[in-house]
Amino acid sequence: MIAHSIFFYFFSIIAIISAIMVTASKNTVHSVFFLILDFISISCLFIMIGAEFLGMIMLIVYVGAVAVLFLFVVMMLNVAQQKNQWFASKSSSSHIPVGLIISSIIFFELIIVVGGWKYKPDFIKTNNLYETSEMSNTHSLGQVLYTDYIHVFQISGMILLIAMIGAIVLTYRQREGVKKQSYIKQISRERSEGVEVLDVPSNSGVKIDD
Amino acid sequence: MEYLTSIFHEVYKILFLLVPVLVSVAMIVWLDRRVWAFVQKRQGPNVVGPFGLLQSLADALKYMFKEIIIPASSNKIIFILAPIITMTLALIAWAVIPFGIDQVLADINVGILYIFAVSSLGVYGIIMGGWASNSKYPFLGSIRSAAQMVSYEVSIGIIIINVLLCVGSLNLNDIVLAQEKMWFIIPLFPMFVIYFISALAETNRPPFDLPEAEAELVAGYQTEYSGMMYAMFWLGEYANILLMCALGSILFLGGWLSPIDLYPFNLLPGAVWLIFKILFLFILFALVKAIVPRYRYDQLMRLGWKIFLPLSLIYVVLTASYLFYFNLLPTT
Repeated sequence: MIAHSIFFYFFSIIAIISAIMVTASKNTVHSVFFLILDFISISCLFIMIGAEFLGMIMLIVYVGAVAVLFLFVVMMLNVAQQKNQWFASKSSSSHIPVGLIISSIIFFELIIVVGGWKYKPDFIKTNNLYETSEMSNTHSLGQVLYTDYIHVFQISGMILLIAMIGAIVLTYRQREGVKKQSYIKQISRERSEGVEVLDVPSNSGVKIDD
Repeated sequence: MEYLTSIFHEVYKILFLLVPVLVSVAMIVWLDRRVWAFVQKRQGPNVVGPFGLLQSLADALKYMFKEIIIPASSNKIIFILAPIITMTLALIAWAVIPFGIDQVLADINVGILYIFAVSSLGVYGIIMGGWASNSKYPFLGSIRSAAQMVSYEVSIGIIIINVLLCVGSLNLNDIVLAQEKMWFIIPLFPMFVIYFISALAETNRPPFDLPEAEAELVAGYQTEYSGMMYAMFWLGEYANILLMCALGSILFLGGWLSPIDLYPFNLLPGAVWLIFKILFLFILFALVKAIVPRYRYDQLMRLGWKIFLPLSLIYVVLTASYLFYFNLLPTT
């Protein structure tokens, strides 16, 4: 039991410190790395309470995919410079109130979620959740997710799909004059159209156009 | 005291797994170069030791005595962390690989997800190395590599779902035991082919070695690394390749099961069969390296997103409906 609490405090202290460092560190790339450290220690906490499936999915989805793309964006844009410009000049410090409003909304949402914990016995009163020792939690999670909560599950899937389509629509633009490699054209080239034998008249040459 | 002995026992078990893995990584590098050479009618490394077997050892010694150069304008902490992360991640995934019915270091419920998670973390070593070098070629190489690994992970994940549908468990030993009657390579052969090609791309092997395409990018993310740090990248890469081969043999080739369950064959311990299967897949990897020319980047992305992803998704639907229709879904 002592070992268990030692590990719990180890991971949670790392999680809290890295969460603070995400906002505190000057270098943006460093804060993304701290975010990744935070994700990893939180997935360790998930595994410690026995939710190994959630912990692994957290690692795969957030650390393995989302944070990589995040890191990409931060590395490509020079965000550190931009941030300094935003916050150094007084004229454009209107970002701070907006940020405060958003963060207070998130804070109240968190309070509501934690308050909802009181009604937890009502939430888990489903037909298909059995807490038996031989069934792995992946199995019982699937049994609840695909029976009682199938509609919520599908709606969240639809929302993600719509978000994806929206992101593609927003960023997609047809550019003119870009040379595109056509796969089928490249494969279906024949010798007859690729090679042309010409008789070159002396002193005048041939005009090649492509 | 009891605590100490159990810790000692665990450390002993871990070393018993890691030392053979590291030695076989060194041997596998030799095998890779040898196969590559034989395909091209060359001799390959054959001077140091019998058949050149000790060549990798000589190389490792050379790397150890070389100076480690850290570029002045690099981000030093991340620069040093990158090879450490690559090698650690390549080694910790071996904890869940089963070499027999009870010969596994950590027999966890979600073994396959663990391997998948660790291999998806492997991209960080590369990104960190490329970014911390603070130089153009490593950065370009690391960006290419990260995009490539993220894309091919998607299709590997869906291929794993195919296998899991037939097994009904995320435990690696259960996956092996489910193949006692028939290896999954027979019903899922197209998935095996796609897995093999995606594994090539996932481990940055030729023909998908764009991150270190020497003609364009010098050596990709490894350009600024020297000495032991370079050797760690190199060890991590090959340990990852071996891991992918091991995962392939567990998912499709029956893991530690012997091919025929008859008297002379099942005398051999399961670990020997697993090693044979890993070697078979690795020789295929080496042959591909020798035979196939490098892909262009847009071809690589097209293959991953437009061909492998839809194909494997269609196969998931096929497998699921087949299992459902004939009432073969595994129940636990």
